[in-house]
Amino acid sequence: MTYLILDGLAKRYGDLTVVEDISLNIERGEFVSLLGPSGCGKTTTLQMVAGFAEPTRGRIVLAGRDITGTRPEKRGMGIVFQSYALFPHMSVAGNVGFGLEMQGMGRDQRAKRIAETLELVRLEGLADRYPRELSGGQRQRVAVARALAIRPNVLLLDEPMSNLDAKLREEMHVELRAIQKKLGITTILVTHDQIEAMTMSDRIAVMHGGRIVQVSTPFEAYERPESAFASSFLGKTNCIAARIVDRQPNCCHVRMGELDVRIPHESREYPDDVQVYIRPEKIRMVASSDSRISSVVRARMFLGNHWAMEVDGPLGRLRVNIPNVGEPPALEGDTVHLAWRDEDMRMLESGAAHG
Amino acid sequence: MADSLSVGTRPIAVRRSRFRNPTPWLLCSPALLLFLGLLLVPLLLTIVLSFSVYDSATGTGQGYTFSHYIEVLTDSYYHEIFLRTGGMSLAVTLLCIVLGVPEALILSRMRSPWRAIFLIIILGPLLISVIVRTLGWAILMGNEGLINAALQSWGLIDSPVKMLYTMTGVTIALTHVLIPFMIISVWASIQKLDSSVENAGLSLGASPMTVLRRVILPQIMPGVLSGSIIVFALAASAFATPAILGGRRLKVVATAAYDEFTATLNWPLGAAIAILLLIAMVAIILGSNYLVERRYRAVFER
Repeated sequence: MTYLILDGLAKRYGDLTVVEDISLNIERGEFVSLLGPSGCGKTTTLQMVAGFAEPTRGRIVLAGRDITGTRPEKRGMGIVFQSYALFPHMSVAGNVGFGLEMQGMGRDQRAKRIAETLELVRLEGLADRYPRELSGGQRQRVAVARALAIRPNVLLLDEPMSNLDAKLREEMHVELRAIQKKLGITTILVTHDQIEAMTMSDRIAVMHGGRIVQVSTPFEAYERPESAFASSFLGKTNCIAARIVDRQPNCCHVRMGELDVRIPHESREYPDDVQVYIRPEKIRMVASSDSRISSVVRARMFLGNHWAMEVDGPLGRLRVNIPNVGEPPALEGDTVHLAWRDEDMRMLESGAAHG
Repeated sequence: MADSLSVGTRPIAVRRSRFRNPTPWLLCSPALLLFLGLLLVPLLLTIVLSFSVYDSATGTGQGYTFSHYIEVLTDSYYHEIFLRTGGMSLAVTLLCIVLGVPEALILSRMRSPWRAIFLIIILGPLLISVIVRTLGWAILMGNEGLINAALQSWGLIDSPVKMLYTMTGVTIALTHVLIPFMIISVWASIQKLDSSVENAGLSLGASPMTVLRRVILPQIMPGVLSGSIIVFALAASAFATPAILGGRRLKVVATAAYDEFTATLNWPLGAAIAILLLIAMVAIILGSNYLVERRYRAVFER
């Protein structure tokens, strides 16, 4: 049974529509990310789930019960805020125990639960510290512990990692995901960071202009984006204007510039003018006899595990990522021969491009 | 104000370079000279005066004595005046907290145009002289004043309630005069609150009232404390309002000192009263500051 249902949620402030229409079904124990640029309505959606903002339209159903009008303090959801929103006048134990105290839990039981939860987020021994005495990463762990201590029915994460440095953020991705799996807690993450959404989620809901444009697993979302927006927002991509010259079931012959290609697809209807997307890492450098196109290297950047290159050729300027195998691949001004597989190309209607 | 009372410790290197570098001293010198000339020197002269010998026939004479201090400290007449002043200041401070803190909280929740309008309404009276505001209260509170007239015409009371020349009247008027200071001070500390802290409290199952009591109020305690210090100090040293609304017989320390200077011309005794008021106020303010800061240490050390 679906655990949490967002059914046609909308939020308007006066004339301004922040959330158009959000429908999403979340299973028990599932980790779902709302991913989108700022202003796409993801935070407002989370606020409606938490009860801090009242939906203009739509319903929220939790475990079969309509909670659309329920006050936030009666929803039993744990929330980790972007600013952490710790209580500065309470110790770590006071913060983590606050929700338990509100539940009326006895002192001994509370102390036990606080210790357990702090162990879970690896903050043992810091119970008596005050938030100002902690580092940013530690504060975030306290915020997570405080939300988890009440054994919430849903965990809501509002861009929780945006104030951490890159290395710490990666550690927290892994750790938070491990805790979430261990507790089996239904979680919604709001983020604009595609890496964060991809590393942690079971499913990603890509949001744009107050709507969900795609819901799928991180792999599906990356490999088979259903819109130009999803395609360019999740990772980098090359976009080439093209025209369909011949249609077959599950396959089209497409002309891009001078090049004729066969593009497989999942029997969708396409107009004649399309955009073809190729991920930079799908393009390989090959011998000239095996190549589709030859291009001139304009710029190259070394990024450790790969080289990011920009090349000019018959398809215009392309981004190409070449894995670092121990030798510099080509210099600026060199001509390189490039190839990719048919199935690495993805066609989308050109009308919706960058909408 | 609370911040300036609790001086933090700084690295020694910084402290030393500050003494070597003349720029800060030069920048401070106009203010320093002003304070030196207009505050410290008169204060020192008052202290000296309070120890001077006084004779009712010849006035202030040569030589020094403790007799004025002994007189004030042993005479029950002065005890009553000091106690009255203390009680009045305490009552005014408590009233300002009870009325001002909710007012500041409500103000902080108002929407954009209304907030500015109400802030101006609250602060507006500061632009009008205390004397004018106090005389306004005298008109309202008199036996034939607006308040009594209204209450009588509604049949709520048979004979006028005496408000003028009572401590109740003085306390009401002083609260009105001083409450803007409390609101400004609390307002400043509300501005520093993280707005999502309140939602955090709600999400953890606390009712809005519990959030206010357990989460919001402890965090705005620095503002309440500094507001209370300002209000208490101004109430304890208030002159115009007690003089006009309290009349000749309900004396507070400030009016008593004034009477010694102007009516009996016993300047040394007046000076002694003023100095004792100063000492009492410094002691009370530092003491309560210490107690509150210790109680809410976590908030103040932020």
